[in-house]
Amino acid sequence: MAIIVVEVMLKPEILDPQGQAVASALPRLGFTFANSVRQGKRFEIEVAGDPTAEQIAEVEKAAHTLLSNPVIENFVVKVEK
Amino acid sequence: MRIGVVTFPGSLDDRSALRAIELAGGVAVPLFHGTNDLKEVQAVILPGGFSYGDYLRCGAISRFSPIMESIILAAEHGFPVLGICNGFQILCESHLLPGALTRNADLHFICADQKVSIESTNTPWTRGYTKGQEIVIPIKNGEGSFQCSDETLKELEDEGRVVLRYVGKNPNGSRNLIAGISNKRGNVVGVMPHPEQAIENLTGPSEDGLMFFSSILKEMVSK
Repeated sequence: MAIIVVEVMLKPEILDPQGQAVASALPRLGFTFANSVRQGKRFEIEVAGDPTAEQIAEVEKAAHTLLSNPVIENFVVKVEK
Repeated sequence: MRIGVVTFPGSLDDRSALRAIELAGGVAVPLFHGTNDLKEVQAVILPGGFSYGDYLRCGAISRFSPIMESIILAAEHGFPVLGICNGFQILCESHLLPGALTRNADLHFICADQKVSIESTNTPWTRGYTKGQEIVIPIKNGEGSFQCSDETLKELEDEGRVVLRYVGKNPNGSRNLIAGISNKRGNVVGVMPHPEQAIENLTGPSEDGLMFFSSILKEMVSK
């Protein structure tokens, strides 16, 4: 069994008010390390056995069609065992 | 004159839109997301609400419903479509309109009477207004900030495809104060504020929204 992970992030030029809200909450708790924070989404897709190249290509297609909106978001696909 | 309103799971303003069509003198036809049957309507409205709970992204799942297959195909051939609020988000996710609606800049859900100006009367939904006319209709959304690339923004402005613009302070961080846009042909329009909630003085801030529905009906009659 393996997990195909899709991580979706807003494109750098798109305003991320959620990330900004997190960034401004951190120093209130004494965490002063963050210059900025961007918030994204992570999908974990379970598949049987080792994922094949075709399966990964299919996931990339799904990430482009449904899991992300290419107008405002970028995504990366990776495999975790 | 039959105008359809699609109910998705989680639609809120479908009944208000049906009522607005009737008040304007049309025949309102309820449509359902789960079939591809447009029931011979001559135009369609995608109403506001939280279809599919806004899961994943607003409008992202509704965009793949059976009724949207029919609507996307028809819209590409000039069929009039109006998306209001969540309907606008669905139209962007369907790529019938460019850009995307993202989280309001201040993260607040906004519910207010909003002054907007009519920037284009070159659509079947706004033909009855005059260009530059200012109207007051409600906005109520958490993700109404219109975003797009610089290139798309220039295209929208140069081609006169900005249909509605916020007047005064930018309520949500939308680029160029954009509250509504159309496709190139003008038949597909998406607006973030709610014209169907401003159709009579008893229940809304004005009657300014009614002209969206009167305009499309007039358009249908003259064809």
